[in-house]
Amino acid sequence: MELYYLTAHQLHDMLIKKEISAEEITRAVFGRIEAVEDKIRAYVTLTRETAERQAREVDKSIAAGEKISPLAGIPIAIKDNMCTAGVRTTCASKILYNFVPPYNATVIERLNEALSVMTGKTNMDEFAMGSSTENSAFFTTCNPWDTDRVPGGSSGGSAAAVAAGETIVALGSDTGGSIRQPASYCGVVGLKPTYGSVSRFGLVAYASSLDQIGPITRDVTDCALVFNAISGHDPQDSTSAPYDQPDYTSYLTGDIKGLKIGVPKEYMGEGIDPAVREVIRETVKVFSGLGAQVEETSLPHSEYALPAYYLLATAEASSNLARYDGVRYGYRYKEAEDIVDMFMKTRSEGFGAEVKRRIMLGTYALSAGYYDAFYNQALKVRTLIKGDFDQAFEKYDLLLSPVAPGPAFKRGEKIADPLQMYMVDICTLSINLAGIPAISLPGGFVNKLPVGLQLIGKPFGEGDILRAAYAFEQSGARCCKLNLLQV
Amino acid sequence: MAQYEPVIGLEVHVELKTNTKIFCNSSTAFGADPNHHTCPVCLGLPGVLPVTNKKVVEFAIKAGLALNCQIAPFSKFDRKNYYYPDLPKNYQVSQFDLPIAEHGFLEIEVDGNTKRVGITRVHMEEDAGKLVHQGTISDSSFSLVDYNRTGVPLIEIVSEPDMRSPEEASAYLEKLKAIIQYTGISDCKMQEGSLRCDANVSVRPLGQEEFGTRAELKNMNSFKALQKALVYEIKRQIKINEEGGRVIQETRSWDEAKGVSLSLRSKEEAHDYRYFPEPDLVPMVISKDWVDEIRTTLPELPDERQARFVEQYGLPAYDAIVLTSLKEMADYYEQCVEQFNNPKAVSNWIMGDFSRLMNADNMEINDVRIQPAQLAKMLQLLEKGTISGKIAKTIFEDMFATGRDPDIIVQEKGLVQISDEGAIESIVTDVLANNPKSVEDYRAGKNQALGFLVGQVMKATKGKANPGMVNKLLKEKL
Repeated sequence: MELYYLTAHQLHDMLIKKEISAEEITRAVFGRIEAVEDKIRAYVTLTRETAERQAREVDKSIAAGEKISPLAGIPIAIKDNMCTAGVRTTCASKILYNFVPPYNATVIERLNEALSVMTGKTNMDEFAMGSSTENSAFFTTCNPWDTDRVPGGSSGGSAAAVAAGETIVALGSDTGGSIRQPASYCGVVGLKPTYGSVSRFGLVAYASSLDQIGPITRDVTDCALVFNAISGHDPQDSTSAPYDQPDYTSYLTGDIKGLKIGVPKEYMGEGIDPAVREVIRETVKVFSGLGAQVEETSLPHSEYALPAYYLLATAEASSNLARYDGVRYGYRYKEAEDIVDMFMKTRSEGFGAEVKRRIMLGTYALSAGYYDAFYNQALKVRTLIKGDFDQAFEKYDLLLSPVAPGPAFKRGEKIADPLQMYMVDICTLSINLAGIPAISLPGGFVNKLPVGLQLIGKPFGEGDILRAAYAFEQSGARCCKLNLLQV
Repeated sequence: MAQYEPVIGLEVHVELKTNTKIFCNSSTAFGADPNHHTCPVCLGLPGVLPVTNKKVVEFAIKAGLALNCQIAPFSKFDRKNYYYPDLPKNYQVSQFDLPIAEHGFLEIEVDGNTKRVGITRVHMEEDAGKLVHQGTISDSSFSLVDYNRTGVPLIEIVSEPDMRSPEEASAYLEKLKAIIQYTGISDCKMQEGSLRCDANVSVRPLGQEEFGTRAELKNMNSFKALQKALVYEIKRQIKINEEGGRVIQETRSWDEAKGVSLSLRSKEEAHDYRYFPEPDLVPMVISKDWVDEIRTTLPELPDERQARFVEQYGLPAYDAIVLTSLKEMADYYEQCVEQFNNPKAVSNWIMGDFSRLMNADNMEINDVRIQPAQLAKMLQLLEKGTISGKIAKTIFEDMFATGRDPDIIVQEKGLVQISDEGAIESIVTDVLANNPKSVEDYRAGKNQALGFLVGQVMKATKGKANPGMVNKLLKEKL
């Protein structure tokens, strides 16, 4: 197989055996980018020069006989909402089109320590608001499986880049499904970690209490390796949890005998494409065959997750995005008459339609007289939803569900109808509200398009998730073969 | 005509004296070049997160304890949302429904009566930056922003509407300032903006229970300004009432130069701050142990020190209040008394010439050149009779200007008091011989003639003659 379609752990083995050099890997990936980027459009910014320089540094370390980390020399694409010192960070928004951060996000610092090689910054829905990457202010990314279709979102650029061989691994961020849904649409692995397990310092905030950075990779082993590198307590993030961080690859044993898995019925009902339900039922058989006990369960408050999410996330967003006013950085409307005019025109022109819609929704939810009816009520629902999961996890180690109601949809199909677009996230939102981890794993196909399965775990239960995901992947039932891609 | 009673509550912002800002490591030092003390966090760049400075919480708890508040076992930060270019995130991290301290009080003395003023709450928040306009805000074509102050920690202390006169409000602010200064958590310098005060004012017919409609007064930059603004506002509201009008709820800004307040915004134009819990910070659980630990670090506070001054030094209450109103002044006083054990004499000098010269030069105690030991030495010279009271004043002024030791000044200027009876006697004899008219008057019963004669002797000795001795000798001779 081509170098650009190998996994990080395969490449690492080749690197330490000196079968290839890091520079060769980087060249191969950039060669692939040159070949297919016109069709996919995964990247907002490419950083080839620094990537090649970083790769040569890794080669020097290897030549000097130094022990290298599993991600050393491995190309990684970064969603364009994570701050990279000296490299433009736009959030795919006009309002930040020229913003070059003077500092690195904590995850970038950790990847730099691991000597991984950043390929560039990937396209996304503006400020991570969306499920198709069509809300990018710059261009839409295409699904490598069918370029007429969306790659999902908001981390669509990262997922598409991984699927198309335009990087080896990537980072995305997930506020309501933004890692898992594009991973499902692009046939790759995406992990939304427990809230607090990966530092948010340097992640441009959409909804602070829901945002979480996570890996998008080609297999579960790579997922564990990237998660190892980026997770762990960060004193610069007050919501980062101090906890004993295990080596997540130690969970990749293939043994899940006796594991108890619940399938919440609310995630398998109306609104889910029957073909997707069929795929999930097939995966249930695989897990049972591996020795897990799988049965139906219930998360009774699921139907309230969507409205609660859209109140809480937008309320936080309305405040988080207030700083983009043209005063200090980013886009500024030039002919303003006074400061208020400058604020208004800068923001009217700098933000796209969906961002403005959410800012208005959130502003309304926090307004005097409406706070109790909306924001406070949504907080109560959030507690109930968390309670549902707590109860389920008294009985089960993991929950299993679809990631999205269907496979990737066509570009333009849902963009005119925000509510229909929001429904795409009904299987993923609750997990963010509960703050718990979940993975999206290639589970099968519908109409030749990949469909993911979701494994949901207890807080800091990423180990259990990875154990089950790895066993599933190794069973051979994994249906997504990357070399099927014809782009 | 109805008698009106003003109702006043104060909101006081105090800048905390921590080394670093409330949510980042930038310095809080005053007076740096614009935007010198900033970092990505206090500049609110995309992606940054706040981390609470523990010292700020400690200081806020300390203030709460000093103001007899209950300290919240569970407290959190909230976001206060409003747009202004000096606020980099366009929200201020503050506290809304769960402030760090509540339900306190302090006591003030007005006209010899003690009054208790309730403290509603003490909460923590971050300061905003500063806009710099070329010329004035209305005719400048642009504004510059200095973010040095952005993120400097503040506490806001909100009083109950318990004050009934501008004098009470002033006394409250004086007392609050003294208490905060004693705890060492702030400099409380109104000129530098480390103490800021807004007032809520309403009036009501005397005897009425219900409060009148209030106005919020802003921009009073000194104690004097507060006093003047309150007097003005109370008059304004009474006038409206008497003319049959209605006071409207609004925010008004005090214009010190013009001596008037102007409407800033009405209730309808008031901001909806859309407070909600700051999701980037986790709520704080304040342990009883920590609060107890902080309590042990509280110094002696003004009320206790005042009582001790009366008890230990036998000072009148008035002296004790004045001396303890400023921690530095009380410290200075005690250092001086330690070396010159006549507490009332020391008090008289500090409250008298010392304060007079200090105020005339707009100085603070720490700027005064005379060290407590030097003042004590001067008082010893006075007590021993080496110098006269009159000379002492001259010497004191020299010391105040130069910081030199009193004995050096005495020697250099030859100001030692003449207490040699023989020397004074010969001058007395001369004076009597040269002023027969006055001698005659005195003998005729005009006692004031004696004063004139004393003056003549003092004049002849350039003020150095021991006045007691002059008096005694003159009377003998006459």
